[in-house]
Amino acid sequence: MQFTDKYVAKSSHIASRMLGDESIIMSSVDSTLFALNPTGTVIWEAADGTTPLSRILEEKVCAEFDVTFEQASIDAKEFIDKLAEHGILLVSDLPIPSKEVS
Amino acid sequence: MTEIRTVRTVGDEPNCSKIMLRMGLSSGDTSHVVIIEIGGIPIALQTTDAGFVNLLQDRYGDYVNSGATPEFEFSVDLVPPGMFNADADAEVWLQDGEWRIERGDFCANWNPEKRLGQIHQSANPFSIDSVLRIVHTLLLARAGGFLLHASSAVRNGNAFLFSGLSEAGKTTIAQLAPPDVALLTDEASYVRKVGGNYVAYGTPFAGELGKPGENIAAPIRAVYLLEKAAENRIDRVEPAEAVRRLMRNILFFAHDEELVRLVFESACAFVAAVPVFQLSFFPDQRVWELIG
Repeated sequence: MQFTDKYVAKSSHIASRMLGDESIIMSSVDSTLFALNPTGTVIWEAADGTTPLSRILEEKVCAEFDVTFEQASIDAKEFIDKLAEHGILLVSDLPIPSKEVS
Repeated sequence: MTEIRTVRTVGDEPNCSKIMLRMGLSSGDTSHVVIIEIGGIPIALQTTDAGFVNLLQDRYGDYVNSGATPEFEFSVDLVPPGMFNADADAEVWLQDGEWRIERGDFCANWNPEKRLGQIHQSANPFSIDSVLRIVHTLLLARAGGFLLHASSAVRNGNAFLFSGLSEAGKTTIAQLAPPDVALLTDEASYVRKVGGNYVAYGTPFAGELGKPGENIAAPIRAVYLLEKAAENRIDRVEPAEAVRRLMRNILFFAHDEELVRLVFESACAFVAAVPVFQLSFFPDQRVWELIG
């Protein structure tokens, strides 16, 4: 399975806020803070657990920013892996039930 | 110090309950009450030890408000020094509707609904100071405010906060303040949301300066994140970065996901309302030409 075929969703153990065109996310478990740039914010906002990552990249990232799907995929994997490491984003091969997400 | 701290460790059960069982008021003891009002919130401390009353009155000075109606009451049971594990870090957690607050030199429980609590400590000002700080952080978390590791001062009717970790210059900038500046604290700034505005209150919580701040309040005009430098300079800090840096300096000790989220929300709302700047400063009086 390609990474871009996976599903991503926000954890329920977070707090987030848009400040200007950036998002700031906090894990309420360990208080880790992340500031997301506009590209990261687009992925974050679209991470609903039911939309495959490939569609998020095509319809949101590539459509709004001047970037190829291949480059967006590489950047997205690094970004998502980092947030997933802290339990802020959930990543799954299957759609993620809404009860698990924020 | 002091990002949001979640220091409670599951399975690390404290010995406070044992101490509470062993202590207690004996019948016939005379009770004294000292009401300490910080941030407009009067808290009554009840003790049977007249010497401890004198200690409290000396320590809290202008913050003792005998005429106030207390919002919360704590009985303070004095125990001999050495009854606790002196090396234990502060732990704060909610258990059966009561806050449990413990550190190496004290233990306390507090029921916010009943507005009552108990503190067990030896007769020293540092333990009670810490309990009061922690209680205020819990109260402020539900009210859109927070305690910030910052010095603060009032000039021309406006409050200015100077935040930073240890050695950033909080006490230095307080010491350099000209005579027209009233110092609120050189250690822990009290930020409260009042009618949609953010107000800084004086606190008795002192740092290296070693003296309490003036017991006054003023609307907050700006926050300066301190950094010592070769010359004075002010730069605006973008909101997301401001939240990140403020959160590192907000004093909060409880292991409680809901309150941690509320503190985060408060920091975001605060940054949306109050400008945050980086203040690079050379430590002499000229820095105050940029303030106020």
